[in-house]
Amino acid sequence: MSHRPTDDRQTQARQLYKELKNKELSNKERMNIPLQEMPAQDPGQRIRNMREVTYGYSPEQAWVEAARCLQCKKAPCIAGCPVGINIPAFIKAVTEEDYAEAIGIIKQDSLLPAICGRVCPQESQCQAPCTLGKALKDVNKAVSIGRLERFVADWEREQAKVVLPDVAESTGKRVAIVGSGPAGITVAADVRRKGHEVVIFEAFHKAGGVMVYGIPEFRLPKAIVQAEIDILTRMGVTLRTNFLVGRTRRLIKLLQDDGFDAIFIGTGAGLPKFMHIEGENLVGVFSANEYLTRTNLMKAYDKEQAHTPIFHSRRVAVLGGGNVAMDAARMAKRIGAEEVNIVYRRTEVEMPARVEEVAHAKEEGINFHLLKNAQRILGDARGRVKSLECLRYELGEPDASGRRRPVPVKGSESYLDVDTVIVSIGNDSNPLIKQTTAELETNKWGNILVDAECKTSLDRVYAGGDIVLGAATVILAMGQGRTAAGTINKQLAG
Amino acid sequence: MNTIIDKTTLAENVCRLTVRAPLISEERKPGQFVIVQTDNNFAERIPLTIADADPELGTITLIFQVVGKTTHKLALLEKGDAIENVLGPLGTPTHIKNFGTVICVGGGIGIAPLHPIAKALKQAGNRVITILGARTRELLILEQEMRAIADEFIVCTDDGSYGRKALVTEPLKELCAATPGPNKVVAIGPAIMMKFCAQTTRPFGVSTVVSLNTIMVDGTGMCGGCRVSVGGETKFVCVDGPEFDGHLVDFDNMMLRLQSYKEFEHKVFEECRLQQGIRQVHEEDE
Repeated sequence: MSHRPTDDRQTQARQLYKELKNKELSNKERMNIPLQEMPAQDPGQRIRNMREVTYGYSPEQAWVEAARCLQCKKAPCIAGCPVGINIPAFIKAVTEEDYAEAIGIIKQDSLLPAICGRVCPQESQCQAPCTLGKALKDVNKAVSIGRLERFVADWEREQAKVVLPDVAESTGKRVAIVGSGPAGITVAADVRRKGHEVVIFEAFHKAGGVMVYGIPEFRLPKAIVQAEIDILTRMGVTLRTNFLVGRTRRLIKLLQDDGFDAIFIGTGAGLPKFMHIEGENLVGVFSANEYLTRTNLMKAYDKEQAHTPIFHSRRVAVLGGGNVAMDAARMAKRIGAEEVNIVYRRTEVEMPARVEEVAHAKEEGINFHLLKNAQRILGDARGRVKSLECLRYELGEPDASGRRRPVPVKGSESYLDVDTVIVSIGNDSNPLIKQTTAELETNKWGNILVDAECKTSLDRVYAGGDIVLGAATVILAMGQGRTAAGTINKQLAG
Repeated sequence: MNTIIDKTTLAENVCRLTVRAPLISEERKPGQFVIVQTDNNFAERIPLTIADADPELGTITLIFQVVGKTTHKLALLEKGDAIENVLGPLGTPTHIKNFGTVICVGGGIGIAPLHPIAKALKQAGNRVITILGARTRELLILEQEMRAIADEFIVCTDDGSYGRKALVTEPLKELCAATPGPNKVVAIGPAIMMKFCAQTTRPFGVSTVVSLNTIMVDGTGMCGGCRVSVGGETKFVCVDGPEFDGHLVDFDNMMLRLQSYKEFEHKVFEECRLQQGIRQVHEEDE
């Protein structure tokens, strides 16, 4: 994937649309329609701004891409979607240019399509088993389901056609939601619909969880997240920011003294992991969480207005190969770093990041050091990072995750001359609620234990999202939110 | 919410705000802190110790020194204004019990977080000796409050303008060397002071608690910006602390980390003071 000018794509899509619109297409003809890449800002330009990288499809592009779908009977994409969206049906609605119908179908199962269309790892979910991708022998040639999802969700929002879900008559029951990330938002909406009073408690000063502190503006515009939060408040959900459940008030008190009938914990995976290597506390070493929170939530990229400082980096190393690592690397570039390096101990195939993010990072001039891992961070006399010592790795036998285990090669030290190291190797669960709620059972990693219905060991307390799953994705958090909301609604009805 | 109901100046550039925050006031224990932010949009989040609280009135007291842009903006707020965001109480509360004799060492603005701890230790039945240090007499804060708690009260100033002309470590060393010596020391103040207090007590084997004030963003364990090395292990000040065993803290690394944004902070603070100066000139002209 390399960058192509936007106009080019639009023209091609317009021609195809005209040619094919009124034609009865055979499967073979559909297979021959070229995959529609999303138009994007020029890489040289976008590394100097925070605006969203991709523009989204034009209506013609959306139609052409939707026409690639074979509408196969098996519809393996549905099984690949964690929330089971009826994908072929919504795509068919796009080919009929009935976008209201399309978004309606998606919203039966997903609450945050504008967000999921942007941040879901489609190539390992709905697009992985796509019949078209299989027929073309390339998963990256599957129907671009995520881009189509985004297209109809954006259409709905931009046309101000968002329909507020119906809220049933008040039941007098109260539900507390801890955390306003994707899991919490989902539960809030589903529970509120049944007429229960809902209060969301958020520790930060802004709602949205990882979608506002972690995922950068250039990948997920904050206005889109805010629009989802606004829908909740318009539905009558109360939002209490600056409220850290466990500290501002203990969970038990919410149940016993404050009259909540049920509590959902969706506090996410918010404890950054470090490598535990020499030099990790030098000046210039950051967790990706810190780096991204400063730049996203605290807006440190706006050097004129923001009071929160961001480290002035010239040469950066980002340790890790996930989406967060790509976000941190691309953010560092936009903040003004001259050279940004990703250091990852396996190969590109094993990288957990979305294919599109890796491609965008490469277009933006991020260097990839694969089969390499940090061994030590070296500092100068003032305790500031001056270089990163790496070891070369080889892939050995498959490990428990099924991926080939990376093995260090002795004596293969090499050095990267950097002044900043951003550690992006994942997050553990935040232990605060567990620490202040002794009765709550967790596993050895601190994840809250729940049953298939998202019930915890505490009566009337439910949990979902990363606090249960470990660091996962927006869609999986949302899926669990759905399950938990179903259980809560059942409990409150009974 | 978070309305300022009282404001006093304790010393040059040291401000005390009493803020309505009923929930925090109810839950707060000595040793804990809050994160404040003066506006939702571009302001910085900074940690401030809770110097006192009155759960009946639903208030907390914040004491801070104007050292940068955010504290400068806070100091410009008046009675009746509100601090837009206050999150807390954060951090692990101080472990309070009857240890026997406890020396409470406070330096500069560190006397503010020390005061509620000394008070709680006194209530728990300890004999409390306080050593307060300041650069000069005018900068000494909470003298009366600390004096009221202390069984023995010592003041040191760098310039000798009040009390002993000495660093706090001098009387600390004498008290540790005496028999019977103290059972515990709590030292709160500038990093360099805490480092030398810990060095002073180490040979005597007196357990020494320090309270660290590092760079923070969220204050809930999420960013790790506040991390310090304690006994070779990385700890987060916001959730594992703010109090640690002073004999195990790597103060040198902590002090380097405190300097991370020095140039930036200096620049914005100067700009901010300059703008205020310009405004004042304008107002005088009008």
